[in-house]
Amino acid sequence: MTALAEGVAGAGGVAPTTPVRPGRRGAGGWRYVVLAILGLYFLVPIAASVWFTIRDRGRGTLTARYYTGIPGAEGFAEAFTRSLVLAVLTVVLALLLMVPTVVLVNLRLPRLRITVEVLTLMPLVLPPIALVVGVRSVLSWAPDYFLNTPLAEAFFAIQEPSLPWILVFVYVVLALPFVYRALDAGVRGADLRTLTEAARNLGASWPRVLVSVVLPVLRTSVLNAAFLTFALVLGEFTIANILGYETFPMWILRIGGSLPQLSVAVSVLSLLITWALLLLISALDRRRGAKESS
Amino acid sequence: MLVVLGALPFFLYVGVFLLLPIGVLAVEAFRATDPVTFEESWSTASIQAITEGPYRRAYVGSLQLSVITAVLGTVLGLALAIAVLRAKRGRLLRRMVLTASGVLANFGGIPLAFAFLAAIGSQGVVTALLTDTLGLGLGGFSLASMTGLALVYLYFLIPLMVLTIIPALEALRPQWREAADNLGASGWQYWRHVGGPVLAPPVIGAAMLLFASAFAAYATAKALVGSSVPLVTLQIADALSSNVVVGAENLGKALALGMVVIIGLVMVFYAWVQRRTQRWLS
Repeated sequence: MTALAEGVAGAGGVAPTTPVRPGRRGAGGWRYVVLAILGLYFLVPIAASVWFTIRDRGRGTLTARYYTGIPGAEGFAEAFTRSLVLAVLTVVLALLLMVPTVVLVNLRLPRLRITVEVLTLMPLVLPPIALVVGVRSVLSWAPDYFLNTPLAEAFFAIQEPSLPWILVFVYVVLALPFVYRALDAGVRGADLRTLTEAARNLGASWPRVLVSVVLPVLRTSVLNAAFLTFALVLGEFTIANILGYETFPMWILRIGGSLPQLSVAVSVLSLLITWALLLLISALDRRRGAKESS
Repeated sequence: MLVVLGALPFFLYVGVFLLLPIGVLAVEAFRATDPVTFEESWSTASIQAITEGPYRRAYVGSLQLSVITAVLGTVLGLALAIAVLRAKRGRLLRRMVLTASGVLANFGGIPLAFAFLAAIGSQGVVTALLTDTLGLGLGGFSLASMTGLALVYLYFLIPLMVLTIIPALEALRPQWREAADNLGASGWQYWRHVGGPVLAPPVIGAAMLLFASAFAAYATAKALVGSSVPLVTLQIADALSSNVVVGAENLGKALALGMVVIIGLVMVFYAWVQRRTQRWLS
């Protein structure tokens, strides 16, 4: 459609002007005020953070040493690696759990839809701190009630400080709303029913359908869900703090007292990384959209 | 029948990691540990304790902060979303604001607190600019106060509002506005009789979401104020980390249960409003 319009404009040399609504009574001014004030509000903390970390207070010159000092900072590597590993595990587990569930609910079990929806959306409004207090109570059953049973062993194993699986399990719950909504939008938008029916009629088994039909169709939604989960885990503080594991945000807070510039530099970087990831995903999204419509 | 088994992992998982902890909370908040014999018994002591003194203040503080930031976030986010959607030649602007909202709505917690400290903390860049260069000072403003926290919370609440409300705004058809204009309606009449009623349910829903995230926010408050501002989340963390007071653990559970109950009440109210507006629309 746009290509056609451009072609016509190119041939005739006169581009048809897009009809613009005439300005309404009293229209306009407040929008620019809102945009300007809010723009300032959102830019100032970021700009201030950048300035805070590139200025050398003693000499009045610019410096990059706070940024170059991050990798070597005490405890950084350990905490950041731990958060990365947790994020990857959470993404994998959340997808393993939710992709089959969303597909099943949409295609075969529409009666369960409301229940699944309510359950997955609960963590969106439920305070994480309340959830983690409950989780702590359950974990304390192991020494209190089941000492010397396999169940207690399992309880202790998931609390291992080197790889706290319990964080992964709780993070999957926190990620449910985002994962569910991203996947559900993908399934509804793709007319998955026809595709899976075709695959089934041609003799594919359900696991096969999941791997060769559903996953490719849902690629963008899966990417979206993965990104949101990843960002959530990298920034999560409440659960890790209450259960006492030093993840990346815990580390930022700990060094903040003695090395404020360093912690602000890390904050700026984490913002930039989130931004880059989101742009990457929307770029992939658009390229795919363009490929399909041509 | 076999198909139902496919949904089993999901229900098991949610049962164990979401419903069980909340259920345990609801039961164990009513347990008490005797400080001398360490024997456990049923008791409403913790529940009673959280309705008075500093804990009551913490609930009031949290509720005040969340209601104020939710209302401000809803109004400002709605204004921003409308301003962006209606801007002429706004395609680039719209995409920028949407991407920025996606990033900033996720930019909560500790990094956000440090960004604000770098700007208007005691050593902050803006603080220095205002006091040293302009000689104005911050006028007694401190980040470690209710106002300070509200200012910081809005930084992720406004983008959250923009993200949640843009789909609803886009569903508002220009034809409706044109029809209203042609029939001689004023801008006010259009919003009063057409736009407002259609937008009310999603706006109320988004406001509830904002309330819930402000109410649950812990990391930002912890990094900015320590415990000088009364907030439930900070009180819960304090209760859990104290090894001295016997029964503090139960107090933490009671406080957490209180939060769940408040959120539950808000959700019930939300469902009631949704039903009413639906009847009104049909």
